[in-house]
Amino acid sequence: MKYRFAFLVALLLIGVLAFASPLKIGFIFVGPINDNGWTQAHYDGGVLALKKAFGDKVQITYIENVPEGAPSLNVLNSLASRGFKLIYATSFGYMNQVMQAAKKHPNVIFEMCSGYELASNVGEYFGRMYEPRYLSGLIAGAMTKSGKIGYVAAYPTPEVVRGINAFTLGVRAVNPRATVHVVWTYSWYDPPVEKEAALSLINAGCDVMAQHQDSPAAVEAAQSKGVYAIGYDSPNMGKFGPDAYLTSPIWDWSAFYVPNTKEVLDGTWKSEAYWKGMKSGIVKLAPMSKLVPLSVKKLVTAMKDEIISGRFHVFEGPIYDQNGKLRIPAGKIMSDDALLSMQWFVNGVVGKIPKK
Amino acid sequence: MSQNIVITTVAGAIRAGTPLLFASIGELLAERSGVLNLGVEGMMLIGAFTGFAVSYNTGNLWLAVVVAMVVAALLAALHAFMSVTLRANQVVSGLALVFLGSGLSGFWGQRYVGTQAPGFSNLSIPLLGKIPIIGEVLFDRDPLVYVGYILVPLVWWFLYKTRAGMNLRAVGEAPSAADARGINVSLTRYIYTIVGGAFAGLGGAYLSLAYTPMWVENMSAGRGWIAIVLVIFAIWDPLLAMVGAYLFGGISVLQFGLQVAQIPIPANIMKMFPYLFTIIVMLFTSGEKMKKRFGAPSALGIPYSREEKT
Repeated sequence: MKYRFAFLVALLLIGVLAFASPLKIGFIFVGPINDNGWTQAHYDGGVLALKKAFGDKVQITYIENVPEGAPSLNVLNSLASRGFKLIYATSFGYMNQVMQAAKKHPNVIFEMCSGYELASNVGEYFGRMYEPRYLSGLIAGAMTKSGKIGYVAAYPTPEVVRGINAFTLGVRAVNPRATVHVVWTYSWYDPPVEKEAALSLINAGCDVMAQHQDSPAAVEAAQSKGVYAIGYDSPNMGKFGPDAYLTSPIWDWSAFYVPNTKEVLDGTWKSEAYWKGMKSGIVKLAPMSKLVPLSVKKLVTAMKDEIISGRFHVFEGPIYDQNGKLRIPAGKIMSDDALLSMQWFVNGVVGKIPKK
Repeated sequence: MSQNIVITTVAGAIRAGTPLLFASIGELLAERSGVLNLGVEGMMLIGAFTGFAVSYNTGNLWLAVVVAMVVAALLAALHAFMSVTLRANQVVSGLALVFLGSGLSGFWGQRYVGTQAPGFSNLSIPLLGKIPIIGEVLFDRDPLVYVGYILVPLVWWFLYKTRAGMNLRAVGEAPSAADARGINVSLTRYIYTIVGGAFAGLGGAYLSLAYTPMWVENMSAGRGWIAIVLVIFAIWDPLLAMVGAYLFGGISVLQFGLQVAQIPIPANIMKMFPYLFTIIVMLFTSGEKMKKRFGAPSALGIPYSREEKT
């Protein structure tokens, strides 16, 4: 009887406290919030969307330009010890530090973007960017006249390779003879280098450019040479090439941040590895520009519906690799594990993955 | 096809080499006077940002270039004050400039990210621009490339054929002797450190007004450091600095040409070449005799004061 009473009082106290004080949420960002790219997408879909969705039920702080690796640990720890109960770490390089901070602060929930480790108070989240990349490939395949499409890519990580493959599958779905030519820049972000890489592809005859880079330099290069371009990260890339820009595969992180934060507020949050696609809305294709003909727009919209409804899967066999070897037999869908460690190119890609 | 690769590589080499050229000519002048300024990266960034901001707000490209040079020169003046007047450690002061330049340009530049401003377009030189291949590669470029063509022989002539150039070299080689001959060592060092900063700013402005007409944070991405290496590679000679700048630029472009042509030379190896070449140059010029003729200015990095002279 006594115990039950104490329990009720405790519950009541927790309830009152929960209502009285807002949930303190912290974000750490790898860049500035107006980079027109990765960090801005997290700021818009995270900080702004959460303020709009939950008003004074949440209190949000964000820290910009937090270096990846060891320096981030201090930032994470100080947020946790200052009463932040939910912390979003928005770049891959924070993972080890998040795991350390999570051990030290078991009552704080950490969410780690694009990592792979889980703990009882650490969740992971990412999006299946390859789905909108496939759609952008359909457009590239329809728009090319030379049959050669250029792809400026940063590093040969599984994420980038997966994107190139999905893009190429899209290109080949509408244009089975077209090839996708890949150039590695070994930099996520170096505008002149990205421009040179794009120019070298355009000079070799590519008339549509795609990219996995965080600056709009490839779009600008396409504009200067009078060819088409597909951006990445943000629809703002279109500003740098009004006569070149077709569309961009983009992130909409609010599709994750809002429901996930609601779970924390409701007390129903559980650690999980969130990896969803266009159905959830976390990844999208930006509105297609006026350069894309209506027939192509219709095709893309139809395929988008197929993907969202689950009737079509980008990595469904038969899929052959560059050497003509059958990698995924007909009717089979590639497993998530295989997708997350992808290190081979599909048929139609011209370029090599450097050996490690 | 192979001819095509050569043309695009040479054209790209000039484009990629021009910002390096400006920055390294600037650093060369400062070092010739005996002042080591490691802040090139920061001065380039501040130049890139101010150039873009002025172009955005006024639409006047040449005004943008001038302001970029002036603002970068102000940063260099700070370094000159630290290293000449206060005789502080030049390495530390130079490194501070890097962080100052990248921090200020990043902070002020936030609202310019993603905006568009007028940039330089190509200007074909009459007659010369009509020559097949050569005309296209050399004489159908943006105006700042031509500034580079003219600047280098001018600096060379100034350095080796004028009294002022001789004084400059004297200050860097033997400041006490120069002082004894009535040359104002401090003033000389101030002037060339500041002029050097202005050229670094010009290199930065080339990035944001001609190369990739946009402003993004840290857009020089290490080119300031390559410019410093380039000065050593060029053994403090402006003509060699030009050769080196286009060579280093060419290497950074060639790696993509090779990838497109499916020639498997790893990009990491290509990125290493500028430094490798520089080390080779240093090996050949490290002997005592060679050092006298080709080495660094003898007083490089050493603050000068009358009392300490022997």
